[in-house]
Amino acid sequence: MAMESQQVHRVVASHRTDEVVITEMTAALQWPYFTNRQDLDLCLFDCMGKASSIGLGIALACPERKVIVFDGDGSLLMNLGSLVTIGGMAPTNLIHFVFENGQYEVTGGQPIPAAGKLSFPGLSLAAGYAHAFEFDDADEFAKKWSAILHLAGPVLASVKVLSTERTLPIPGRLTAQAVCEVTATLKQERWLEGKGVARSDTT
Amino acid sequence: MTANVTNDTPERSDATLSAHVVVEELKACGASHVVWLPDSESKHLYNLLVNDPELKLVPICREGEALGIALGLLVGGMRPVVVIQNTGLFESGDSIRGLGLNLSLPILMLVSYRGWHRDAPITDTAAIYLEPVLRGWRLPYHFVRSDSEAHIIGQAYEQARASSQITAVLMAQEYV
Repeated sequence: MAMESQQVHRVVASHRTDEVVITEMTAALQWPYFTNRQDLDLCLFDCMGKASSIGLGIALACPERKVIVFDGDGSLLMNLGSLVTIGGMAPTNLIHFVFENGQYEVTGGQPIPAAGKLSFPGLSLAAGYAHAFEFDDADEFAKKWSAILHLAGPVLASVKVLSTERTLPIPGRLTAQAVCEVTATLKQERWLEGKGVARSDTT
Repeated sequence: MTANVTNDTPERSDATLSAHVVVEELKACGASHVVWLPDSESKHLYNLLVNDPELKLVPICREGEALGIALGLLVGGMRPVVVIQNTGLFESGDSIRGLGLNLSLPILMLVSYRGWHRDAPITDTAAIYLEPVLRGWRLPYHFVRSDSEAHIIGQAYEQARASSQITAVLMAQEYV
């Protein structure tokens, strides 16, 4: 069984408050249609599997804030050592999604190595993640997401998704702009917190 | 963009490069994190950093991760420095392109210069190709080969920040 990746986006967006969300490849094309905090979205293009590493950096820099990474299975395979690096640093505020469709979607649907054999939850737990989940049903994911969001991480959530049939245009907001905007938002919110303004007052 | 390449040469080939001097230089820069993969030239530096509460060490599995983590730290308001060997710089080539160059990241990279010799022919391909590759990427780089040159680290750090580009310091001497 598998679900539409948009079903995951919808649930995550509906519970989102001030989490930084990092996306790449197909997720980076889809998430802009669901987000409610674009100023905290880092949609990455041309980063070749580095979303998990970038997420780790933000999680280490902002330990008081949840950081959510939307990774793809092919993308994570390009940077698989990052699972071990994350496991070693053990940021409790990092939630790492892996959208698994078993293929390199943006290049035409070629299968990833070991498709159907490898287990990202198994790999992540062996690498030191605190929790790992696997979902292939949207309703079950929707029921459990709120609790997962409050777990001490690092958490990996593998979601089995269908491949996307239609091609989405690359959003106008490109990576460099997103980097500037998220940096500015985090800087502004740190400044406001320094002044005693609660983060919830700013959203 | 024009590469700012120094052509300085060391006064003495047997000058020492002390790990504690480099650590103090990094602290003086205000560096917060050292994103790092150990190499044989820099083991003394590691031994100091791993026990230093002021500089947080982020050990990585492969150098390609380094710029991604550094980018995340920058976005979160930190001041990371990357420490890798020249072999690892080659491995991280696409991160340098896709993140470092495309996003104009102001990152200081301390690169251990494996294979560099002042007084003997350079035969190690890790050394032969390093500077041509840096010049090809139009990345500025400088040399540090002794304690007397350690101040260049701070200058390179400020150059990286001022010019919003990766700036490399080639550590062409084993630390003591």
